[in-house]
Amino acid sequence: MLSILNKIRKTGILTEKVGATEDEILLLGKNCQREIAASFGGSLAIRMVDAGSCNGCELEMHALNNSFYDIERFGIHFVASPRHADMLLVTGVVSRHMQEALKRTYACTPAPKLVVAMGDCATNGGEFGVSYASCGPVANVIPVDACIKGCPPTPANLLRAILEILQKKYT
Amino acid sequence: MTSSQLEKEPLEAPGVEAYIEASIQACSWQLRRSNLTAPADYTVPSGAAAHIAIAAAAWGDAAVIAKRCGLRWAGVWADHIPERMVLMALLAGKDGHLLLSTTVPDSKPELPSQAEIYPNANRPERHLHDMFGITFSAHPDPRPWTRHQGWKPDAYPLRKNFPVAGFPVENTPADDTYPFIKMEGEDIYEVPVGPVHAGIIEPGHFRFHTIGENMLRLEERLGYVHKGIEKIAQGRDIPGLIRLAARVSGDSSIAHSWAACQAVEHALQVEVPPRALALRAVLAERERIANHCGDIGAVCNDVGFSFAMVQFSALRERVQRLSMELFGHRLLMDCMQAGGVGRDLNADGITAILAEQRMLRTEVAELMPMILEYPSLQDRLRTTGILAHETAVNLGTLGYVARASNIDYDLRRDAPYPPYTGLEVHVPVYTEGDVAKRTRVRGDEILIATELIEKLLNTLPSGPIATAITLSGHGAAGLGLIEGWRGETLAYVRLNAAGTVERYFPRDPSWFNWLALEETIHGNIIPDFPVCNKSVNGSYAGHDL
Repeated sequence: MLSILNKIRKTGILTEKVGATEDEILLLGKNCQREIAASFGGSLAIRMVDAGSCNGCELEMHALNNSFYDIERFGIHFVASPRHADMLLVTGVVSRHMQEALKRTYACTPAPKLVVAMGDCATNGGEFGVSYASCGPVANVIPVDACIKGCPPTPANLLRAILEILQKKYT
Repeated sequence: MTSSQLEKEPLEAPGVEAYIEASIQACSWQLRRSNLTAPADYTVPSGAAAHIAIAAAAWGDAAVIAKRCGLRWAGVWADHIPERMVLMALLAGKDGHLLLSTTVPDSKPELPSQAEIYPNANRPERHLHDMFGITFSAHPDPRPWTRHQGWKPDAYPLRKNFPVAGFPVENTPADDTYPFIKMEGEDIYEVPVGPVHAGIIEPGHFRFHTIGENMLRLEERLGYVHKGIEKIAQGRDIPGLIRLAARVSGDSSIAHSWAACQAVEHALQVEVPPRALALRAVLAERERIANHCGDIGAVCNDVGFSFAMVQFSALRERVQRLSMELFGHRLLMDCMQAGGVGRDLNADGITAILAEQRMLRTEVAELMPMILEYPSLQDRLRTTGILAHETAVNLGTLGYVARASNIDYDLRRDAPYPPYTGLEVHVPVYTEGDVAKRTRVRGDEILIATELIEKLLNTLPSGPIATAITLSGHGAAGLGLIEGWRGETLAYVRLNAAGTVERYFPRDPSWFNWLALEETIHGNIIPDFPVCNKSVNGSYAGHDL
């Protein structure tokens, strides 16, 4: 136990400002916190849906929760059910086998809701496109408010994009 | 030949040669070439230690002999060359791989199943039925596997006359009529979970049968992220194939793209320069380290020990950042190219990676004992999710899951490919087969990987990092076999004379480790399922294709 406490003390705080344009991000974050406070009662709840990704986007989404990015400091957190969510963050092309599940998830999410397509696949079909097995980009299946490009988007870009989307939508 | 022959004493040293010898000695079954002539443009894939072509009718018997010889069943796939379908099964001995092939007419593609002998052939054979319409006689499970409602039961996407676009309807209905195996009895109830799961995780369906909190049975239903990888690979050029291979399973971009590169290089007899091989291994070991770091943290987090999650996810992030800096991608996608690698390391890069290995070793050597000795954490991890050795062997389990259940196997040591041919690879093996040991194997493998990277970089050969690909002027096929972070990863690639992909099949280790997960839950309660699942960590994308 002592060794654990000692390690925590030695590790210190790793959370850092994001990217090269640090002040801009923090300003963006601050502004968004205001919007989140006004529109979403202080916190933005994200439900992620993998509709047919390669799991690369999921790995980078996980990274948002590590100490370096710590997305929760902006009042943004990931939730376990679409019924608790303000935003659906959808990854991958929509496989035909996930089409109905995605539509039901969308229907379960209470309005007002935001749908964000994360990554090249979700945005434009990426490496997989449209086929017998794939409906292609998310917008082919449910209405999409914004897209974040990248294969996969880096956590810094993802964080920046989420903040920008909120600012654009609610200011 | 009957299964009673399985009860005979197995041969002592299981290996490919033993198999061939036993095949010849098996009087009841004469090894013979297929009655059908092989299709004109079919070439024997290069890359396996040995190849035997047999008659389709002998397909089941071959499995019986192979099992008796102690060979592991490592995958089956088909290749449609109109009028014929060529089936290939890979068997693994301790010292290498044996490729078994046969041919059936596409008008009546029928042959005996191997699934009664090798239970891990069950789902791959159902996949072949869904994709090619191949019928396996006496198959123990007639249900579809990869196909849900995305295409009609009598349409087979991997036949050459099936268009890539298929015949989709506007709304693909949910697959809500899949007949899950029922358990009946007082107080037994079913818990359906998924496809959309609670965490940041891929989609799939788990059907539990429980009494109270005790899990009696878990049945998986996968295929939700099937996006037609095998089909859309066809017609691509080689760089396009490697780009796709890096995205079969995003966490294994190096494992799959290296396997695909190796398959192409075997097919076209390309000699990869030594420097490129060493750099590939550095990439593969860094992929291993990053994923093990992420998963050790996640396993601990699933039982509420967030300290480990915070520490290990920070290590993972550091590795990913250096990957971005030196190789241009945080998940190392698109670093591989057929014939070599896309990016060289300069002296500064080498210094940075060496410093990273020292940092990792210090951190992991400090953190692992904290995890392994923390009583309230070990209370949850020890004896949880046990996979018995016999079960693991029977299911062809791979990678760290196998090694935690006392299967002493690692391609890098046992059937090494360059550059591992010149390296000593230590393989950590434990007997308990529980979540704690699956986690510990990963910790050990991080430390071993750091040493491998140091050796590779300290002896990094000079010279070019890629060699040009020359087409052979005729069709060619090859196999790639790589020990990815998750385990043995296979790729089969067939190219036509123009160098265009005719067939690509990637076999992720998850195909077999998913089966292992179903066995880990016995005697456990539902709240421990997430940690069992995380300790195995199958890839949905790599399996569903």
